[in-house]
Amino acid sequence: MDHTKARERESQCIQEQPPECTSACPVHVNARGMIECIRKGDFSAGFAVLNRTIPFPGIIGRICDHPCQTVCKRIEAGAAIRINSLERACVEYGRGTQNKPLRVMKKDKKVAIVGAGLSGLTAAFDLASKGCGVEIFEAGRLLGGRVREFDAQLLPQLLIDVDLAALAELGVVIHLNAPVTNGCGGSASFDGIVAGFDAVYIGPGPHAVDHLNLNLPVTPSGRVKIAPVTYGTNNPKVFAGGGQRYYPGDYSPITSLLDGRLAAVSIDRFLQGASLTAQREQDGPFVTALYTNTQGIEPLQAVTMSITAQGYSREEAINEARRCLNCQCLECVKVCEYLAHYGSYPKRYVREIYNNDTIIMGSHLSNRMVNTCALCSLCKEVCPVDLNMADICLDARQSMVSKGKMPLSTHDFALRDMQFSLSEAFYLARHEPGFSASSALFYPGCQLSASSPHHVASIYAYLRDVIEGGVGLLLGCCGAPAAWAGQEELFHRTLQVMAEDWQRMGKPRIITACSSCYRIFKDNLPDLPVESLWTVLDNSELPWVRTDIKPQTMAIHDPCTARHDKDVQQSIRRIVAKLGVPLRELDHHSDLTTCCGYGGLMSFANPEVADKVVNRRIKESDADYLAYCAMCRDNFAARGKRVLHVLDLIFGAGGEDSASRKGPGYSRRHENRAKLKTELLHDLWGEKAAEKGPDMKLIISREVSELLERRMILEEDLRQVVRHAERTSEKIRNTKTGHFIARRRPVSVTYWVEYSCGDTGFIIHNAYSHRMEVVGDGL
Amino acid sequence: MSEENNSAPEQALICAKCDVEMKPGKVRASYLGSEFPIELLKCPVCGMVFVPESLAMGKMLKVEQALEDK
Repeated sequence: MDHTKARERESQCIQEQPPECTSACPVHVNARGMIECIRKGDFSAGFAVLNRTIPFPGIIGRICDHPCQTVCKRIEAGAAIRINSLERACVEYGRGTQNKPLRVMKKDKKVAIVGAGLSGLTAAFDLASKGCGVEIFEAGRLLGGRVREFDAQLLPQLLIDVDLAALAELGVVIHLNAPVTNGCGGSASFDGIVAGFDAVYIGPGPHAVDHLNLNLPVTPSGRVKIAPVTYGTNNPKVFAGGGQRYYPGDYSPITSLLDGRLAAVSIDRFLQGASLTAQREQDGPFVTALYTNTQGIEPLQAVTMSITAQGYSREEAINEARRCLNCQCLECVKVCEYLAHYGSYPKRYVREIYNNDTIIMGSHLSNRMVNTCALCSLCKEVCPVDLNMADICLDARQSMVSKGKMPLSTHDFALRDMQFSLSEAFYLARHEPGFSASSALFYPGCQLSASSPHHVASIYAYLRDVIEGGVGLLLGCCGAPAAWAGQEELFHRTLQVMAEDWQRMGKPRIITACSSCYRIFKDNLPDLPVESLWTVLDNSELPWVRTDIKPQTMAIHDPCTARHDKDVQQSIRRIVAKLGVPLRELDHHSDLTTCCGYGGLMSFANPEVADKVVNRRIKESDADYLAYCAMCRDNFAARGKRVLHVLDLIFGAGGEDSASRKGPGYSRRHENRAKLKTELLHDLWGEKAAEKGPDMKLIISREVSELLERRMILEEDLRQVVRHAERTSEKIRNTKTGHFIARRRPVSVTYWVEYSCGDTGFIIHNAYSHRMEVVGDGL
Repeated sequence: MSEENNSAPEQALICAKCDVEMKPGKVRASYLGSEFPIELLKCPVCGMVFVPESLAMGKMLKVEQALEDK
């Protein structure tokens, strides 16, 4: 991932976009943050948040025209949060000593403010805070302009005075009863002020000013002509705003405050000789890109005030704050245990993954995070802007592999399992017995062959029966583990072998029973005509009508690799309907289905997160599940979820209660594949497997067997150790237990086995492994 | 399943090939180009080294993972 791409993906995630209330607020008050403080009962912190943006919180807390409330997402579930009343509550209960403005270095610049309404006062406050010398010229006897005209019960004069005291603290010089004009009757001439100051802001309210002879162009209605964005006039030193600008609009205190603030930004830039227009796209109200899902949220009306004139009591304010939805997107994090596990969201993850990929020195601390993603793309399905963590994680894995930075142990076991499926032990490509060509080729996939080989034999018999022209058989692995591990070269080599066999067999259409193989072929071998077993079954007569199926409702689980294969999903549902089994849809199904914990080799990279994924999935319904992917079935069954494979319904599962059958462990999966091949070769092609001596008998308790699964140690590994130890006597005897301990390092892992000799075979007591090599151990 | 095989004093580990008791000795463990000195039980005759389960599944695993993330 290069830097530009990382930035692009990072900026795609909308989670850090401001909520609606903040973006609609002209000066972008962090209302969500303020309300969060109130929710916790911390009004002082709430006040600090408000005061960070609003210089006069007492005034605004009472009279803001609150455009934030018209866009509040709570409207979709009840009524808007009464944000302005909560601002007032922060002032009432949280204002201690008002935040002292930061003392900054005094600048050698003087700014005059003509008119002391909210816009002028805000400009004065902001510029004084930046170190400018500021003088206010107000024609009236009080600061505040129209702010003074509100009902005293709503906005007491004292409250105004408290707010405005901040100006004096900042050293602002205030001239009251000081009308400014170039005409007669003024106490100061406007031109004199322009000449005597470095910049001037005029905010004379909504009144016409043409009679003042300000030497500035005016509009037909006699107001100063003001440039949008910069608030400049035709005199580069003079800026203007407030009611003068938005006349004849109604008085909007927050818009006046905005004008003063934005004009102050321009004045500050003017004084520094900087661009007045650069990077001002998000000045004023804008439409946020943040998405907040309000579906399923219980509607709640606004908390009422017991005494309206007094505003919210503390308790009422806290209750009102509790209604706030605390707008977030997090759509992907809500549906994905992996994204939730790392405690953040894609914007941050993209940065973390990029940094992990590009650091030269030090540890790659996010390797495991990169390797834990199931690559299932559910995040993209629910993301309002289609950001896909699977693409990001897969890119990162491929990069790690290409740089030699992929941890060796992460995918080693899964890739060795894949190699087994591609070895002589399992790989097979044959025309149907008695045929020299194939009209179709059955590709069961490695995991169905490992999980229920008897089904593979049954399907193959069925397909030979219903399809004319010969149905060949191809046993192997599509390379999905290599693709997921980021091993591009190995993956393409694997596909190549498969494609060559397909060509050699006359390019027949491929029928696969595995959703992952189906996707891998579709996405990577566009010339290869591939069909899902399920659409084939849907379009044919089912092998027979089962009469032993209890019509008990089951919940259907779509594998994540079939997320976009609508026809496959529908075929499955029609097949199950024909079998007479009522189906229930899970909350997440079809294109919104979830991974079973195997996808992306998640369970190898991070079993803890894989467990969370499976556990969440199996809790979605109490009904028995019905899967059509062998890995999904076995992963659910491993956690005690009752589950059947659709093939269990069609061909029978064998045994009493097949829904509670656990899938085979890693060792048995190998054996099943190998046995499937030898049995098919024997039964169909009449070939006898090469004579092999009897396997060394191992006696393994259930407890040890489970330990071997967790530690990913195969029985074959144990046999190699014991065989070597018995042949060479390279073993250690424990005098207390009488057990032997021996080790063997076939390639890159040292396996240790503790065993003893029983009457019928070797009893395995324990096994463990390590990758580190002991130098000079003679291995 | 046995616990750490070299911790209890009443047990001894005997190299079955040489029929001598394993004794603590200095060896080196290596992974991904890094080497560490470590004291492990070793056969004084043939030099076979014993890596106990607690070490393999504990500290050794941690070091392996840390080195893989380098």
